[in-house]
Amino acid sequence: MKLHESTDRIERQILLRASRSRVWRAISNSDEFGAWFQAKLEGPFAAGATTRGRVAIPGYEHLKIEMTIERMVPESLMSFRWHPYPADPETDYSSEPTTLVELHLEEVEGGTELTVTESGFEGIPLARRAEAFRMNDEGWAGQLENIAKYVES
Amino acid sequence: MFAALGDENRLAIVASLCAQGPLSITRLAAGSSVTRQAVTKHLNVLEGAGLVRGIRRGRERIWELEPQELEVAHRYLDQIAQRWDAALGRLKKFVEEN
Repeated sequence: MKLHESTDRIERQILLRASRSRVWRAISNSDEFGAWFQAKLEGPFAAGATTRGRVAIPGYEHLKIEMTIERMVPESLMSFRWHPYPADPETDYSSEPTTLVELHLEEVEGGTELTVTESGFEGIPLARRAEAFRMNDEGWAGQLENIAKYVES
Repeated sequence: MFAALGDENRLAIVASLCAQGPLSITRLAAGSSVTRQAVTKHLNVLEGAGLVRGIRRGRERIWELEPQELEVAHRYLDQIAQRWDAALGRLKKFVEEN
């Protein structure tokens, strides 16, 4: 996975040994997306529509997810907006800035290259960053790493 | 705060302060095409974002980095990037085995 460092965006890349249409299905089908992303999502993805759900990691099922889909270009690009940190059910995040996540698919030798770009971190308030670190202290990031190791072993 | 860094002149100022330690506006403007006035404006934006602070030294003010803010920004982005790494790892297993 490649890393491009910047001050306001994140980019990650991964080679998947699967066909473009297989990868597209895993990304564009909300049930499949939820299966690997670890979220329980209500209803399909559709451009212009918002799909809601919750984190499906044990101990964190109270955290909400809300994805507003922007573009769905079959087998090529899916983009959506959300809040990059899990939402506290007591807090109203509707006025806060969202980030844009873009998932690009490209057919390459050996399979499909997926590039994830998340941008729009400008304007994220200090309080939210502190909250993200608190979640880290509570082991969320560590939890994800453990799960990744488990499923990859 | 990320917006404060999203300008190449401001990034250059941060880089200079990082490499050379505290500097005056004169030193920051020297050897570049940016005017003292522009440097001052950029420093004010960076100060407003908590990234630098000015200290009085004799007649002049010198400017130094407040590294904590930058670290907070980097750590936050690192964290989100790590979350993506973990999720992409699970996606890989998901599509390669189903």
